[in-house]
Amino acid sequence: MLSTLEPNPEQIKQEKIYQQMGLSDEEFAMVEKILGRTPNYTETGLFSVMWSEHCSYKTSKPVLKRFPTAGQRVLQGPGEGAGIVDIGDGQAVVFKIESHNHPSAIEPYQGAATGVGGIIRDVFSMGARPIAMLNSLRFGELNKARTRYLFKEVVAGIAGYGNCIGIPTVGGEVQFDPSYEGNPLVNAMCVGLIDHKDIKKGQAHGLGNTVMYVGAKTGRDGIHGATFASEELTEDSDEKRPAVQVGDPFMEKLLLEACLELIQSDALVGIQDMGAAGLASSSSEMASKAGMGIEMNLDLVPQRETGMTAYEMMLSESQERMLIVVKKGREQEIKDLFKKYDLDAVAIGQVTDDKQFRLFHKGEVVADIPVDALAEDAPVYHKPSKEPAYFAEFQEMDNEVPQVDDVKDTLLQLLCQPTIASKEWVYEQYDYMVRTNTVVAPGSDAAVTRIRGTRKALAMTTDCNSRFVYLDPVTGGKIAVAEAARNIVCSGAEPLAITDNLNFGNPEKPEVFWQIEKAADGISEACRVLETPVIGGNVSLYNETSGTAIYPTPVIGMVGLVTDLDHITTQHFKTSGDLIYLVGETKAEFGGSELQKLTYGRIFGKAPELDIDTEKERQQQVLAAIRAGVVQSAHDLSEGGLGVALAESLFGSEALGADVSITGNHVTALFSETQTRFLLTVKKEDQAEFERLVEAQWIGEVNDSGVLTVTNEGQTVVAAPVAELKAAWRGAIPCLLKSRD
Amino acid sequence: MKFAVIVFPGSNCDVDMYHSIKDELGEEVEYVWHDTESLEGFDGILLPGGFSYGDYLRTGAIARFSKVMKEVVKAAEAGKPVLGVCNGFQILLEAGLLPGAMRRNESLSFICKPVELIVENNQTMFTAEYQPGESITIPVAHGEGNYYCDEEMLEKLRANNQIVFTYQQNPNGSLADIAGITNEKGNVLGMMPHPERAVDGLLGSADGLKLFQSIVKSWREAHVVNA
Repeated sequence: MLSTLEPNPEQIKQEKIYQQMGLSDEEFAMVEKILGRTPNYTETGLFSVMWSEHCSYKTSKPVLKRFPTAGQRVLQGPGEGAGIVDIGDGQAVVFKIESHNHPSAIEPYQGAATGVGGIIRDVFSMGARPIAMLNSLRFGELNKARTRYLFKEVVAGIAGYGNCIGIPTVGGEVQFDPSYEGNPLVNAMCVGLIDHKDIKKGQAHGLGNTVMYVGAKTGRDGIHGATFASEELTEDSDEKRPAVQVGDPFMEKLLLEACLELIQSDALVGIQDMGAAGLASSSSEMASKAGMGIEMNLDLVPQRETGMTAYEMMLSESQERMLIVVKKGREQEIKDLFKKYDLDAVAIGQVTDDKQFRLFHKGEVVADIPVDALAEDAPVYHKPSKEPAYFAEFQEMDNEVPQVDDVKDTLLQLLCQPTIASKEWVYEQYDYMVRTNTVVAPGSDAAVTRIRGTRKALAMTTDCNSRFVYLDPVTGGKIAVAEAARNIVCSGAEPLAITDNLNFGNPEKPEVFWQIEKAADGISEACRVLETPVIGGNVSLYNETSGTAIYPTPVIGMVGLVTDLDHITTQHFKTSGDLIYLVGETKAEFGGSELQKLTYGRIFGKAPELDIDTEKERQQQVLAAIRAGVVQSAHDLSEGGLGVALAESLFGSEALGADVSITGNHVTALFSETQTRFLLTVKKEDQAEFERLVEAQWIGEVNDSGVLTVTNEGQTVVAAPVAELKAAWRGAIPCLLKSRD
Repeated sequence: MKFAVIVFPGSNCDVDMYHSIKDELGEEVEYVWHDTESLEGFDGILLPGGFSYGDYLRTGAIARFSKVMKEVVKAAEAGKPVLGVCNGFQILLEAGLLPGAMRRNESLSFICKPVELIVENNQTMFTAEYQPGESITIPVAHGEGNYYCDEEMLEKLRANNQIVFTYQQNPNGSLADIAGITNEKGNVLGMMPHPERAVDGLLGSADGLKLFQSIVKSWREAHVVNA
């Protein structure tokens, strides 16, 4: 039997076996002090996963404390499966983003699929019906075969899981940069809808209440996944493939429907997903949050394999499992409910009042630990922080306007950059319509999902321009939030709150920790001013391959409320004769821009400036105009500047064109990535009312020429057939994927 | 008229089908769980899309053995309208209520987008409200919608006017651009595109509504005196 092979406490200590599990010498000494003895193998494993960065946030906690998390509408902030925000009428929106970066780097299909499955469970464990999925993906450049493989498989994995379970994948973003080559980012966000009365928490209240295990059986997959997620990727990481779980979306569909039925039962006390660190984290956290203890008999855990040890069962990250606490004596009705879906529901333990975490296996006590020590008392580290040398160098640089010889050719090249190019190849693999509520499908600034039976809708987006965060993390962090809010506003919604996924390199490097701190400062300031609190999120550190970190990538997932379906607005120009307006002035800001990357093959200099108060003011003006019904289309200016935004706005129809006049340096006017700008169109009859509501420059008119014409003081700068621009933009990614080298 | 929406483990377009009937059509509708042993009292049977039993085996291959399928076969034999959409179509093929088989899409990828269909036959209880040759926009969302049958069967389908919908631009490699077929009697329709996703202009198209209206109209003509 395997368990007899486990090292004894003495060996664990002498041979420093705890180090292989990720515990430091100091941490192991702390464990000994807490227990008053040397831990056995199972206990060492429990501490190592619960004290991993992934579960304890021991490194990022001091930074996360800076985020504003409260707000009038916030019903649940960070700390539960997902955050919850009030949207009126007794309804609330539940959402959270989570990363599955390391598993996806090793096994992209299953890594991405189980990332989707995990975040969905976080949302329905709160009692909410998941209504939409988004994602945020980063890969290296598509000119490498390995990158193309990762990209295709990650998209297929997201599609495979989301389509089968029947939750529409309505939006997201994909960007490509060499810094992600060995360490792609796969962040998945789930949005759910709930009535206030149905909100459930992951808390094990009530002495003597029964702890039940529901869902799939436990196998040996994903053991130590949380620890693996808290290390750098190396050339040997492929050997950790067993730490990647395998997803079963059909099982999760059954579990989802069963749990949503369960939510309505007054027998239910608490419910939590078995996610990272599986049974170990769900059980200890539920007990700790309730101020109780917990006892479980592992002989009763449904097992998929024979001879599993306590250590393996507790650390397994097998998917599609939930832990619930039900009122004592009501177990049978829970079993019957799950039976309808052919699912296991097994009583495996009970709530105690001694605040101990106690496990029995084969008649022996295999773990006996103060539960708060596991769930709450992980050490917190204040890592040293140091400004990297590159930052001062970049700040000294002047804003240089890249040389552009042929404007039309440059515009075409920008539209073919995979980060800008159409993502149709991606989102057509996602069922973005199932449940028939998707009003604005992928491809506009934000996705919009109606709430059936009301006039309300939810707008949602994920955003982060990591180049800006790299050049200047404070400003880049602010820009990430501001851009997300701009996308929400452009769709006709009021920004409500955010969830964030902090993807960074190794925090033990002072320069990386500096990026984390500064980006968090930027995000916090923007969230305070824009009144979009952080209601939850995820931290993914150690995103490095062989010592090189990714660009700092704090992805912002934002949800906004559309108060009336009539306000829903898209980026596409609608009718010939509509007037085109630009909101916001344009400066020569090319640091981190697409044009800079295209011209020089690298990024440098200052990130674009962002004044968050101006941002707020302009967003309010634009939203007021949309709500007044005087805006035909609205588009945020981002990668590729005005030139790309104009082209994208024309891609909604076959026949429309536009005549636009610009002033000053045409390269700046067309391609600078100055922030806080919007491209709006307005019906002629609404011109006066629009100009009363919004401070904007009138720059042109939509026509039916099928040509985008830009003139500068009478001189034609570009005259490009929209069909030609669109073909280039649509064809770019499929073309890159066909490459055979 | 009273519809049954059959729910298999893994069905996920059941809600869309239900709301199409209830909210847009204003007819009676109920969810019917896969282990139900009678469909008495229902006038029309709807098999929705999704991934019944995960579709880990051939699509629809397990669902056809559900208890309720015996009743679906009986309803079809009794001449009641039976509509299978997407996974529902795949199940009808596996159950032998419709001829032919489904292969993976030619691209080998799942595909979700609105497509243009041509109404090839408007002389059915599902299409009477459409014009012959009418072009309609209905979304597809499937990984296995590449319809196949042998030459002889194709000739038969053509001769009997069983090919009801075709794609204007074939998205999946389907034989003869077939998007939807009926049985010989014309009371069982299987189609890959989702008419229940096209019943409200707010979501892009309401072209699917006439399909459901056709069913109700034909049923009223047959069952309601002075309809």
